[in-house]
Amino acid sequence: MKELDVSVFLAVFEEMLGNWLWIGLGAAALALVALVYVLFRDGGLRPRRLVWSEVVALAGGVAAVLVMQQVTHSGFRDIGGPIDWVLGIAIFAAGAAVTLVAAYAVLGLARRLA
Amino acid sequence: MTTSRIAGAPFARRAFMLGGAALAGLAAGGGRPRAAVATRARIVILGAGAAGLAMASRLAARLDGAEITLLDRRREHLYQPGFTLVAAGLRTPDYVISTTAEYVARGVTLVEERGAEIDPVAKVVTTDAGRRLPYDFLVLATGLTLDYAAIEGMDVARIGQDGLGSVYAGPAQAEATWRAMSAFADRGGTAIFGRPETEMKCAGAPLKYAFLTDDTLRRRGNRTRAELIYNAQTTSLFSVPIVAEKVRMLFGERGIKVNHSHVLKAIDPARRIATFETAQGRKEFGYDFINVIPPMRAPEVVRNSPLRWQSGPWAGDGWAEVERHTLRHVRFPEVFAVGDIAGVPKGKTAASVKWQVPVAADHLVATIEGKQSDSRYDGYTSCPLITRVGRAMLVEFDYENNLTPSFPGVIAPLEELWISWIMKEVGLKPTYLAMLRGRA
Repeated sequence: MKELDVSVFLAVFEEMLGNWLWIGLGAAALALVALVYVLFRDGGLRPRRLVWSEVVALAGGVAAVLVMQQVTHSGFRDIGGPIDWVLGIAIFAAGAAVTLVAAYAVLGLARRLA
Repeated sequence: MTTSRIAGAPFARRAFMLGGAALAGLAAGGGRPRAAVATRARIVILGAGAAGLAMASRLAARLDGAEITLLDRRREHLYQPGFTLVAAGLRTPDYVISTTAEYVARGVTLVEERGAEIDPVAKVVTTDAGRRLPYDFLVLATGLTLDYAAIEGMDVARIGQDGLGSVYAGPAQAEATWRAMSAFADRGGTAIFGRPETEMKCAGAPLKYAFLTDDTLRRRGNRTRAELIYNAQTTSLFSVPIVAEKVRMLFGERGIKVNHSHVLKAIDPARRIATFETAQGRKEFGYDFINVIPPMRAPEVVRNSPLRWQSGPWAGDGWAEVERHTLRHVRFPEVFAVGDIAGVPKGKTAASVKWQVPVAADHLVATIEGKQSDSRYDGYTSCPLITRVGRAMLVEFDYENNLTPSFPGVIAPLEELWISWIMKEVGLKPTYLAMLRGRA
């Protein structure tokens, strides 16, 4: 089948999330732009801010896993094989990464924890 | 001509099964837009369920100027793979209900009438309103008929009462079945499961509901107060032997008793007695909960037409006689059948539709172009076989009973996994809807 391309994934995510897809992508883009701005403005990473952002990111990762469990009526007891651990870690990592970017950008814009 | 079943199928399957999750990067660059084929062909599609809508969308995208008519009297569209989730108390009926009109592709005319008669020699469909629709190509996508009347004493209006459940009857009945099953899970007693001896849609669903009832009882601490009995219609629990064996093992672990060659023939809802035809004659089972699954047959419009199988195992119930790898009718080459109505082995599922429609569409378009298509459907279908809330087995197979895992070595087909459950719960419906629109 030659229909496998980005448009398939986009179509599925559009059906899944509706307008939230674009709101989420827009928010992620804004966070990235804000992060880049802060990094340029400060001339690099600020260690204290990074550490606190990582602390917040941990919470974001945990929240991503818990939200996924809530949405899918499932829990840790349902992990059944190695791929489930991989999935759980991937969800955690994605949640943490997004939170890290957002937290660092927000703290940087607020000029906190320099 | 334009697609090959072999070359790209596993990748595309992965995309379908994953529901788009996480693989967007890998998928980049695979697609290539095709120029639409100019034609004045008149195409009538009988039935606007999953198969009819998906076919209409695909043909509308591939043809320019064709007169595509979609015929269905029902305005509601039902996301049938979601019925089990409704009957598990995880979703409300509105999760599975939408409208047909919202999925009809531009350039396709939806006629809200039922196909009443097909004359494949004159190439005319007549609707229940008397409208005559001549065609150059006909696509049968009528779905199937639930023959509750074949079970003596069965009363669909009583579903939800007195322990009577039936997930298939519709969204409201699926919810009513949940209420009956939930009440049973609070009390305990005897629950009966099974399936008809006819072909049926989603043959995994009866097994899933036995597993879900077991799970509900366990969550409420009442499993020891209940006896679960699965009355299989043959000597096997599933048509694919390796899957049947796995289910047998799981039923053993869960304490679900199995009887073979038992077919439900009659039910007395007031007295809660179900009567099964067995090798030793008729046998009565008292129950506190039962999930009735009726015999399934081709709708009359096909069953009473020359398009039905004339002999063999699919003749009796009137399924359309199509060549299994192309979905093209064996005697009327301008007729195709996709979805439940197709008289082919194995799956009557949304996944079957997903893989049948592009093949049938490719052959139809190739015929318009005066070419040959080498697209081939090998019977691929899949069943996220739920074994409890939170886990499922991603069972995929083909005509030959081969397991055809989309993620070999990663997602084991016979392993109860959380990831397979997540695909069913959050990935399947958006992928299904994208399929209806011809976008997946």
